[in-house]
Amino acid sequence: MSERTVEYTLATPGLDARGRVVDVPLGLGFKDTHEYRAAGQFDESFGAEHMLVNIGPQHPATHGVLRLVIELDGETVIRVIPHIGYLHSGFEKLGEYRQYNQIIPLTDRTDYLSPMANNVCLALAVEKLMGLEITERCRVLRVIACEMSRIISHLVWLGTTGIDLGAFTPFLWSFQERERIYNLQEAWTGARLTTSVTRVGGMMADVPEGWSAGLREFCRTFPATLVEVDTMFTRNAIWIGRTQGVGVLTREEAINGSLSGPMLRASGVDFDVRKDRPYLDYETYDFDVPIGEHGDIYDRYRVRLEEMFQSTRILEQALDRLDRLEGAPVNVSDPRVILPPKSRAMSDMEAMIYHFKQVMEGVKPPVGEAYMGIENPKGELGYYFVSDGTAKPVRWRIRPPSFLNLSALPRMCVGALLSDVIAINASVDIVMGEIDR
Amino acid sequence: MTQPSPSVPALRRAFGDAVERATVSCGDTIVYLRPDRVHDALAWLKTDPEQQFDYLTDVTAVEYRDPERPLEVVWQLRSLPRKADLRVKAALDPSAPLEVPSVCDLWNGADWLEREVYDMFGVVFTGHPDLRRILMWETYAEGHPLRKGFPLRGHFSRAEQTRQALAAAPEAHYSLDELSIAEAFHELPKDMRERLRRGERGFLK
Repeated sequence: MSERTVEYTLATPGLDARGRVVDVPLGLGFKDTHEYRAAGQFDESFGAEHMLVNIGPQHPATHGVLRLVIELDGETVIRVIPHIGYLHSGFEKLGEYRQYNQIIPLTDRTDYLSPMANNVCLALAVEKLMGLEITERCRVLRVIACEMSRIISHLVWLGTTGIDLGAFTPFLWSFQERERIYNLQEAWTGARLTTSVTRVGGMMADVPEGWSAGLREFCRTFPATLVEVDTMFTRNAIWIGRTQGVGVLTREEAINGSLSGPMLRASGVDFDVRKDRPYLDYETYDFDVPIGEHGDIYDRYRVRLEEMFQSTRILEQALDRLDRLEGAPVNVSDPRVILPPKSRAMSDMEAMIYHFKQVMEGVKPPVGEAYMGIENPKGELGYYFVSDGTAKPVRWRIRPPSFLNLSALPRMCVGALLSDVIAINASVDIVMGEIDR
Repeated sequence: MTQPSPSVPALRRAFGDAVERATVSCGDTIVYLRPDRVHDALAWLKTDPEQQFDYLTDVTAVEYRDPERPLEVVWQLRSLPRKADLRVKAALDPSAPLEVPSVCDLWNGADWLEREVYDMFGVVFTGHPDLRRILMWETYAEGHPLRKGFPLRGHFSRAEQTRQALAAAPEAHYSLDELSIAEAFHELPKDMRERLRRGERGFLK
């Protein structure tokens, strides 16, 4: 049996002068480099020049209109210079010309992979500015909106990252599951992408009848898909080879670079806004926050995968509360922010005045400023409002999580291979609508 | 909660009159610092064992509708171990050049945030290693979009904007830094090479 050992040499088949098939070796030949050098045959400048490679802005592996200019020495990355702004829409400027509730449609379009979570953050920020206490059913509905967004955003990340690293099948699985959430989102808000589901002081609408049964069914069957992904990826030799030890950020680097969300936690920092600055009663839900230890792409994958399991847990608990709060009011009964019922506005003088003032003037927070940060799928999304007492904000600042996560990309890529840049960039989970705003 | 954070009296003890005033808005403490002392104060807040504001959440700026009010640069600080937040502000004198010291040497995360504030408001962060526009392109000539004096549709007419967009050379989308690595730098038009060599930004002819 030992005679059957096959030896592969790095060679291509060719013909010699007499027409016999021989192996022509690849490369320069059998002589070592110093032999060529001695004979004066070696070009000293060969390979000494650095190459500049431009990737994007129109490139599928950059996940949007991101452009990377990469300086290469051979295949090793010397530095990466990201160029952003190709999707700049001036949302922050537009916000200064709109009333608070009119800003909600703009938030859909920033991080368009998790629009409902952005809507929630905006409503929470304005409510903090006004000192409004929202109803319990509204809080539960918003938790559902946030966790649904987390699942669909992580599913997009999982599918596209798999494709970037050469695995096509999990992309189909994750997009199939995502479609089910999108259907639920559509049934609730009437839109798949531009949801605009919240309002200051409440929600655009309560969930329709029978809707929660659909979400319950999703929560029951969804973990099975995640387990399949887990089987495919977590112990897959190719996946491990491409992700472990690549794009490493230490704990200190992650904190110093203002990273947030799964990027921060994969580096071993135990910080989750839901746990450390609870909002929407998150402190009363039973869920775990996964923490990585190596800060590489693999740990980011593990953190995001586990977060989807945990989001399913939170959704189940929220659905129980939703059943308990059946029929409870969703909107606050504060005529400053929520329109009185039409029937009252037509018959009651006071209600009509409030209706008129709200429609004509809009919601007017008092003079002041508020920063509200929530745990979005990409990281900590913060909305910072400055109000001068009028119906339009003086300043609406978006603290974009993937903008800051992406700013660490040049530091993660130095010394890696060109193909690793694609993997590292995928692991950041960027969405250009939010980075460029 | 209307009590300011305990960091405020500590800052006053350490920096005296560099702390201009402190207020509380919606439960968040805001400290106003003299612009020239911001770097020292933030470095102290980051390293002092009782403060430990090790995480820079955000850097931004606010310009008010009232033209009398100065433009403010805002730093949102967070202490991960202490689970505390602090908002530091510096009001910039409108008659002087808009300048504050950069905190890039303290936090890497400040790099892009300061570039964005420079791009959008024109605030110069002295000591920043690579202060250039980030969201707008390098040759953008209309000014700083988030300033209150900047009209929503921009300073130039739509026709002028289109003309400039069509006239822009593709090389203008590379920084001088990148072009000096590429061989293409020597093939650029002479005037462009000179403009880039001078480090000129925001000018299209």
